[in-house]
Amino acid sequence: MSEDKRKSEMVKEQDDGKEQGNGKVKESRRDFLKKMGVAAAATVAAPAITSTTAEAVSLGETFQTHFELMSDAQKEKAIARLEKRYTEQFGKQTTVANTPAPDGVLFGYALNIAKCIGCRRCVEACVKENNQSRDPAIQWIRVLRMERGNDTFELENLHKGSPDSNSLGDYGIQSGGHADKHVGLSGAAEHYYEPEQVPEDNAIYFPVQCHQCEDPPCVKACPVRATFRDPNGIVVIDYNWCIGCRMCQLACPYWARRFNWGEPELPNEDMNPKTHYLGNRPRMRGVMEKCTFCLQRVREGRYPACVEACPVGARKFGNLLDPESEVRKVLATKKVFRFKEAFNTDPKFFYYMD
Amino acid sequence: MTMKKQIASASEKPIAFARDFFSYAIKGGNLYYGWLLFLSFFVLVGLYTAFVQMTTGLIVTGATDQIVWELFISNFIFTAHIAAAAVLVVIPAYIYKRKDMKDLAVLGEIIALTFVTIGLNFIMFHMGRPERSWHTFPGLGIFNFPNSMLTYDIIVLNVYLGINALAVSYLLYMRYIGKPMNTKLYTPLIYVAVAWGPLIHIVTAFILSSNAAISMWHTAVLPFAFLSMAGASGSALIIIFFLLIRKFSKMDIADSVIDFFSQVMAWSLGIIILVFAAEFFNELYPATHHAASLEYMMHGHHGLDAYVPWFWATMALIVIPFFLLLNSKIRKSYNSLLPAVSFVVFMIILIEKPAVLVFPAFSPTPLGEYAVYHPTAIEIFNVLFIWAVGFITLTLLTKGAIGVLTGEVRDSNTVETSGGAK
Repeated sequence: MSEDKRKSEMVKEQDDGKEQGNGKVKESRRDFLKKMGVAAAATVAAPAITSTTAEAVSLGETFQTHFELMSDAQKEKAIARLEKRYTEQFGKQTTVANTPAPDGVLFGYALNIAKCIGCRRCVEACVKENNQSRDPAIQWIRVLRMERGNDTFELENLHKGSPDSNSLGDYGIQSGGHADKHVGLSGAAEHYYEPEQVPEDNAIYFPVQCHQCEDPPCVKACPVRATFRDPNGIVVIDYNWCIGCRMCQLACPYWARRFNWGEPELPNEDMNPKTHYLGNRPRMRGVMEKCTFCLQRVREGRYPACVEACPVGARKFGNLLDPESEVRKVLATKKVFRFKEAFNTDPKFFYYMD
Repeated sequence: MTMKKQIASASEKPIAFARDFFSYAIKGGNLYYGWLLFLSFFVLVGLYTAFVQMTTGLIVTGATDQIVWELFISNFIFTAHIAAAAVLVVIPAYIYKRKDMKDLAVLGEIIALTFVTIGLNFIMFHMGRPERSWHTFPGLGIFNFPNSMLTYDIIVLNVYLGINALAVSYLLYMRYIGKPMNTKLYTPLIYVAVAWGPLIHIVTAFILSSNAAISMWHTAVLPFAFLSMAGASGSALIIIFFLLIRKFSKMDIADSVIDFFSQVMAWSLGIIILVFAAEFFNELYPATHHAASLEYMMHGHHGLDAYVPWFWATMALIVIPFFLLLNSKIRKSYNSLLPAVSFVVFMIILIEKPAVLVFPAFSPTPLGEYAVYHPTAIEIFNVLFIWAVGFITLTLLTKGAIGVLTGEVRDSNTVETSGGAK
């Protein structure tokens, strides 16, 4: 692998980006804050005169505390630092919002598994909206494909019962079924399917993403409280506080957390510059990330990207505390279930059928 | 002596102690230098591979989203075995008041101290962002107390490290200056250390068994399995360690001490067999989804059978030494079979950690995917790097401690009392 080549290309892209970024500068409150942030970062880095802005920014980031514990002024500084850095790095005027959680809202999600056709447009939309790394590829939504129905049942296994007839005699007690040779299987899932077209006749699809648990095992497992539930019931991560120990990834029964094993690669042209501190801002190496119901959108009253992208309307989203919301109507009128109820995590993500 | 001189000597003595201790520790024969040179090779290579990992990220290891824990953390669990087992040297000396082991307790504490340090290094390498480890320091960062098991582990490991470092340096220093120890200070410290040893290991087991999503670890026998493995692998290391000390130094270690540890090793192996049998029955008879990882190890899954030979070899090499050690002739063969069996037990429990306990447990993933772990060369060299640093520390500390215990390292002002200072 030409790791070095890839790196040098990335550096080149960053340099190109700087020029573009300087080309179009808009004066705004954010820019003012940004300048303040740079000034602050420069103060921190004052002893090292030769250090570049990027180094000064990362120095400031290194010593910042957990986002939820910062004062408003510290938050503004931290955000200004990030905006400066992302704008330089990606050559796009990048904003990092800190839109607060709206009051009186508990976000819920309902997914119609009878309608899902396994096209994975939701996955694509999610990757684009949330600035996921393209290489190594990180995807927050995983669509499981399951074989439909009974064609896996085979007659020849019908009489391979246990106990088999053997030298001790044929007692003929168990007439069918066997621990190792089942007559038929169902429910075996895989998520690497690549069909010519969807939906396939013999398949059903089951998308899985973060279930935004009421009692999240990941939050319990994190040694530094880098992951926590926001007031709207969404489980979020402070990417600058995560130590990369991956205890949360082990704890999650939905396999919903993704780790940045290497430096995430996000091409400048694909980068979404409208970001949120706890949501879709570009992540760094060695931290955990996950679906946040597109926090940067839903806190502003918009739908998550996957809901908008679904071509068959299988995805519904809304406020669980509002009886008139779409998602509450689904819960009231459809056949609804939650995935892996035995784990007792009480997800805010529901599956339903018509 | 004038007042001024007294003050000066009080501050000079610890420095003189450290100087004498380490100048004695680095002196030795060709074999000794050869051993240190051999370890230094891995340190040199490891400095480079560690640099690669720290600058590129954990992508240079074999870990993936499917198999999240690498060789580092499986080795950490093993070092916790040894660190916990070190109390096996302390308990006979201080609780059963065995005379033949009184002086050896400090060597046990050195093992504990070294292996906790090695374990903490493994955790550093395991972390995606080790430079952020200050987030776990009380005061600076945040502890997720009392929820996160890793938080408990950070606390118990560091306290254990502190207790042992304090106990070892206090005992050796008092021996060095030839003054009697303040037992009111020292004895409680030792008793806390004795209780703390198993504690670090129980907490380590909880780190694994707290993950409901990894069904293979979600079992109450895990702390018992870990403690019995600690008894076996720790005793194995201590036997080899003591036999080497007896051979190469003036330190006197009685046969009764070696016998004690070979018995502990034998019965620990017996308990491991029982724990495994209980666990296997519990999983295989109901054969629920909980058994999927074990079945994967035993038979493979649709052709993925990389763990199968490891599993069966491990099981065999845990059972065979148990029966060998029941034979008193083998237990008494201090210069041939006993060290060989001990070496096998040590290695097999080291290998069992990644090959049986950690890697296969991640298959199937919570969404049903099977995978095989392939450690990378950089990862392996990083593991060897940490081990090499650990063994260099262990060698130097032990050499120095032996010097103090045998009276070769002494404060020059001390007037030799009969039978050495006690």
